[in-house]
Amino acid sequence: MILWNALLLALREIRRNVLRSALTVLGIVIGVAAVIVMVTLGRGATAAVSEQIASLGSNLLMVRPGQGFGPNRASARAFTLADATALAAQAGDLQAVAPAASTRSTAIFGNRNWDTMLTGSTNAYLLTGNWKLADGRTFTDAELRAGRAVCILGATVQRELFAGQSPVGSRIRLKRLNCTVVGLLAAKGQSAMGTDQDDVVLLPIRTFQRRVAGNTDVALLITSVRSPDLTDQAMRDITAVLRQRRHLGAGEEDDFNVFDTRQISETLTGTTRVLTLLLGAVAGVSLLVGGIGIMNIMLVSVTERTREIGIRLAIGALEREVLGQFLVEAVVLSSCGGLVGIALALLAGAAITAAIDIPFVLDVPVVTLAFAFSAAVGVLFGYVPARRAARMDPIEALRHE
Amino acid sequence: MTTASTTMPMIRLRGICRVYGSGQATTWALRDVNLDIDAGEFVAVMGPSGSGKSTCMNIIGCLDTPSRGSYHFRGVDVCQLDRNARALLRRHYLGFVFQGYNLLSRTTALENVELPLVYQGVSRGERRRRVQAALAAVGLEGREHHTPAELSGGQMQRVAIARAIISSPSVLLADEPTGNLDTARSREIMELLSRLNAQQGITIVMVTHEAEMAAYAQRTVRFVDGRVASDALTRGAA
Ligand SMILES: Nc1ncnc2c1ncn2[C@@H]1O[C@H](COP(=O)(O)OP(=O)(O)OP(=O)(O)O)[C@@H](O)[C@H]1O
Ligand SMILES: [Mg+2]
Repeated sequence: MILWNALLLALREIRRNVLRSALTVLGIVIGVAAVIVMVTLGRGATAAVSEQIASLGSNLLMVRPGQGFGPNRASARAFTLADATALAAQAGDLQAVAPAASTRSTAIFGNRNWDTMLTGSTNAYLLTGNWKLADGRTFTDAELRAGRAVCILGATVQRELFAGQSPVGSRIRLKRLNCTVVGLLAAKGQSAMGTDQDDVVLLPIRTFQRRVAGNTDVALLITSVRSPDLTDQAMRDITAVLRQRRHLGAGEEDDFNVFDTRQISETLTGTTRVLTLLLGAVAGVSLLVGGIGIMNIMLVSVTERTREIGIRLAIGALEREVLGQFLVEAVVLSSCGGLVGIALALLAGAAITAAIDIPFVLDVPVVTLAFAFSAAVGVLFGYVPARRAARMDPIEALRHE
Repeated sequence: MTTASTTMPMIRLRGICRVYGSGQATTWALRDVNLDIDAGEFVAVMGPSGSGKSTCMNIIGCLDTPSRGSYHFRGVDVCQLDRNARALLRRHYLGFVFQGYNLLSRTTALENVELPLVYQGVSRGERRRRVQAALAAVGLEGREHHTPAELSGGQMQRVAIARAIISSPSVLLADEPTGNLDTARSREIMELLSRLNAQQGITIVMVTHEAEMAAYAQRTVRFVDGRVASDALTRGAA
């Protein structure tokens, strides 16, 4: 009853001083809008990054020979196909193990040529990398076993050599190898690191070893873990199996390393989090400034309305009723600012995310929280003026001119 | 309280002193005032400027507390009450007509008059009904939606009276209700007050400088220098 009345009074008082109220809440508007825009952009960027990470493959562990990035890295022994087979058989947490070796080479079709990445692997490579086929088929067991001259093209290579025509059944030349195209990968786009993942030609690993590299080296083991929570267990299993196969004694260090791709996303989300925190602090400061603005204008308003307060008190208003009235007014003022800020932020957020091509992620809890914060600013900074009003002496207030 | 109120008058002031300031600047606005006012009385308070009339009204109206002495209102010792309790007394038993109207500006007559009912928690429909009745009682039908700026002095004073009587108070306190009005308007107001006193039995205490207005009351209390100098029935009354 009294609250409803106070609400109506507050709205009327704001309507009476539209310009003043608008200027007063500008700080709140900017603060709230800033928070929401920042969070929306942050979430959008994170979502974009996670999308890219997911396109890299799910729950991947990359195993490379050598430790760190020092000079002994190159000298470390490469893996073999037998290592891959052993891992797939002995490490139970792994869903797939793809042995891989790569080199750069020119691919030639007719009078066109294109410098690309040749990668030798197995069908497991498609599984670990979340690759889909756009055309044709995967390698057959016979082709893999015998090391036949067949290949699967990435979308970029198809575009450059075949100008978008279906390459399946055509023959392309890779170094000295004449090779039949059996499949085409669906495009994945850029990786999180900005490299073109579709710029690839896939060969059976044996074909690569015998006819391209001329050795039996496997430079990389790409393994995918069954579920994210098994990652640590899988890392231990891989390490144990490889240490044994590479005859490392108890005192010797690993001469290979297992890299968790989640680390990339963690680093990236960590960066966005720091950014969000920083911008959040800026937004917090502007909310504070907005709050001080509200306090200032409420103090002015209380002084201006001393007579009104005197009348209300004399007529029998309780201290807490007068306090409530001015508190409600401050809260209504600041939450109006909050609402305008939210509207502004949604418009700006939609525009900016569209412009820089990241998803528009509306974070409902953050919007709610921002609104709650704006209301809280009203309570916090409206309290002192409201208490001043409530504590007035009715006789003096009535005499005020 | 109920037993006390049967033996006590509505208003009982005993040895009331009100001192402002301290040291050199000390002012004794009231010195040892004793005053009893019974329910249903219409009392005029007169006296020279600065004699303590408004101070006394504030004390009777529970807006101010005496520096010394005791004040019983309806048998309740007001000096023992805290701020909120005094506010509740004002809300339920007292109506004020302040010197110089003291209406909320930019607010309609209707909203000004209903204000005491808002704090009493009376429902909106009931408020509207009673505001109509109160405005009719002061002869202001059809002016509900006028703001003070759109009303004459006499009309504003009548709005102020309507606001004071809307909650059916036991006591109506009016500090110079005709101070800013011409004689004709003043007489209208006085007749209105007399009617309220006679018909609704509202106790009225009214400060005035004009003997003609005081003549409407049944009793006149004269203040001089913070003391009650005389207290007599008005000629023609009784
Ligand atoms: N707040 C105050 N502080 C100091 N002195 C005050 C205060 N209020 C009143 N007084 C003093 O108390 C005395 C009585 O004042 P009061 O207002 O009661 O006079 P009054 O009889 O109502 O006069 P008037 O007819 O002019 O309204 C005066 O001397 C005045 O100066
Ligand atoms: Mg006075």
